[in-house]
Amino acid sequence: MANATSTHTHTGTSQPQLNYLTENTSLKDWLTTIDHKRLGLMYLAAVMAFFFVGGALALLLRLELLTPKQDFMDSATYNKVFTLHGAIMVFLFIIPSVPAALGNFVLPLMLGAKDVAFPRLNLASFYVYCLGAIMALAAIIGGGVDTGWTFYTPYSTTTDGPVGLMAMAVFVLGFSSIFTGINFVATVHKLRAPGMGWFQLPLFVWGIYATALIQVLATPVLGITAVLMVMERAFHIGIFDARLGGDPVLFQHFFWFYSHPAVYIMILPGMAIISEIIPVFSKKTVFGYRAIGFSSVSIAFIGFLVWGHHMFTSGQSDLASAIFAFLTYLVAIPSGIKIWNWLATMYQGSIEMRTPMLYAMSFLLLFAIGGLTGLYLGAISVDIHLHDTYFVVAHFHYVMMGGTVIAFLGGIHYWWPKMFGKMYNEKLADIACWIIFIGFNVTFLNQFMMGSQGMPRRYWTYLDEFQRYHIGSTIGSWILGFGLVMAAGVLLSSLRKKEYDAGDNPWGSRTMEWETISPPITHNFEGQPVLRHGPYDFRVEPTPATVAGGRH
Amino acid sequence: MSSHAITADHEAHGHGHHDPNLQHHFAEMGQQFECSKIGMWLFLATEVLLFGGLFVGYGLMQGQHPEAFKSAHHHLDWRMGALNTIVLLISSFTMVMAVWSAQTNNQKALIRNLILTIGCACTFMVVKYFEYSHKYHEGLLPGAFYSYTGPHQNAEFVFFSFYFMMTGLHGIHVTAGIVVLCYLLYRAKQGAYNSSYYTPIDLTGLYWHLVDLIWIYLFPLFYLIS
Repeated sequence: MANATSTHTHTGTSQPQLNYLTENTSLKDWLTTIDHKRLGLMYLAAVMAFFFVGGALALLLRLELLTPKQDFMDSATYNKVFTLHGAIMVFLFIIPSVPAALGNFVLPLMLGAKDVAFPRLNLASFYVYCLGAIMALAAIIGGGVDTGWTFYTPYSTTTDGPVGLMAMAVFVLGFSSIFTGINFVATVHKLRAPGMGWFQLPLFVWGIYATALIQVLATPVLGITAVLMVMERAFHIGIFDARLGGDPVLFQHFFWFYSHPAVYIMILPGMAIISEIIPVFSKKTVFGYRAIGFSSVSIAFIGFLVWGHHMFTSGQSDLASAIFAFLTYLVAIPSGIKIWNWLATMYQGSIEMRTPMLYAMSFLLLFAIGGLTGLYLGAISVDIHLHDTYFVVAHFHYVMMGGTVIAFLGGIHYWWPKMFGKMYNEKLADIACWIIFIGFNVTFLNQFMMGSQGMPRRYWTYLDEFQRYHIGSTIGSWILGFGLVMAAGVLLSSLRKKEYDAGDNPWGSRTMEWETISPPITHNFEGQPVLRHGPYDFRVEPTPATVAGGRH
Repeated sequence: MSSHAITADHEAHGHGHHDPNLQHHFAEMGQQFECSKIGMWLFLATEVLLFGGLFVGYGLMQGQHPEAFKSAHHHLDWRMGALNTIVLLISSFTMVMAVWSAQTNNQKALIRNLILTIGCACTFMVVKYFEYSHKYHEGLLPGAFYSYTGPHQNAEFVFFSFYFMMTGLHGIHVTAGIVVLCYLLYRAKQGAYNSSYYTPIDLTGLYWHLVDLIWIYLFPLFYLIS
């Protein structure tokens, strides 16, 4: 392994070859680029900026909650801040995070393609995202929104503030998401390298493919819901207004028809990353390749049929609630299949605890907690007790942050050497990972405790008996925030290195993105690479970068 | 397919006689065409779901107020709706003919069929304009502009909210179709399309048929309830 790395480093640095970062570097070249790798980086920078903003808002919320009295935010401001935290994290950060940033960079490379199927649509998608982000920022500057990220009617259609602008921002961001989804589905279908059938695809591709299908099929429903809500605010068309003959619960059905599958838009790419990291650092063929691949697709499918479990207390019929509860248990099965397959992959593997693997281990533990507590909430009678408490807040943070964000960070650490050709300080990165893991658990385990005792979500104040949990949770948020800043610092400081020291394939991976130099050339590969071995075939030596397809 | 794709790629780039319409990341024209087609079908799926939300909402509301929806539809003139249905069906036919003309290198027929399609689309919008202005005079515009007083006025109110949301969204799609068709006409006059490259005509055709199909569902839902 070490031997292979050093030879690649040698070939990488001795010929000063232009790569996608060093070729055509003017600002105009970057802003009009249709190179999926550059767009991936631009997305990465944008989503990370919003992660920082959303995270700062979260720290403010936790600080206010340190005591039950009003410290520095009044209740109206508090409502706006938690709405913005939710809306920014969901629509501007998590949904585009893995697919648009890492997916854009890695997917075509994994397939041995020169680019995604529709490069200009990809660029358009980025600018549509920027437009949506500007609209969301304008809504924040224009007074903020206090509806919660779910925009439930009739409150959202009657409250003051730029709710309409925020909803249109969500509509526009949806288009960006749809464009990315269309692009990835077409790319996977038509741009695979010669010899790469569906069952030689890396599992990351399966996960991103399933995600893209949900993006394409669910997002339009959110779009029309946002439009109807805006029309309701502007012209009182009455579709969601019971006084005018409409139905406010219809809004909830429409909203969750998108937003529950959207949960899988968020978690499937995280699972996709873990499916790459675990076999590579266990040096063992992935256990149950087809089971993991098909479980992604079945999560995508069943995920469309469970939205009613958000509405057990909204007055839907008991029969509907029972069916939705049953389907909710059903959707847990494919997630369980994945977890057992990952564990079986590690069993008797030669495990190397490098930084990405450390994140993968954190993911397994945190996602298991998040997933299992989801089953409590899917049980109707338990949900009546836990509905709208901090238990729910802790549950979805374990899935979204403990699952997706941890996997995203693992993915960034895994592909960083490919993206920039430079290796970060692994020791410091490991410490940052531990701090994040500890801080996260301190923050959210406390929320499980107080939620199960009845602390309701979305309140700026609370009974004194909950204060010890709130203090714990707030201290945890400081640890978590520090860990995240440290991880970012470790990664960014690696960019100051003068030389590309990472090597073409530092982890000894077998998937195709490692068969080009680091950072890759603009056209990804010299010629068309051909599949020589399976994505997790650790019996053969990795294909070295320079011979892929041969030179002209 | 794939094994012959790889050779085609290198031959084409190596000897420089590949089609100027072939983008750099595709191996050959067939792959590019199929890829565009997948993209278009996925886009059409999103359109179906966009309208799907409205259709579901309509179905629910109609179930809650069947009498009111029945009496509200008498404000619509089924003859206008039927006329528009026929106009759109004809335009779908001329659109198919336009694709066929491009496939067979018949430039004159291509331009003629595109003009006919645009003509039908414009006719549809003109008829729609007369219908909308009729509603305006009766005070049946949706939401805050609704001034009609009569039996079932509340539930009829929701009927017209759906009527204007759904036909309005459909109208926007027809208008977008007209813009795209005009661009195709402009490019067709420059001779941009022929039997080896007619992807934009083909994809616009798919879109146009969907717009037509949605109207075929809207027409009975609003004009022919009984």
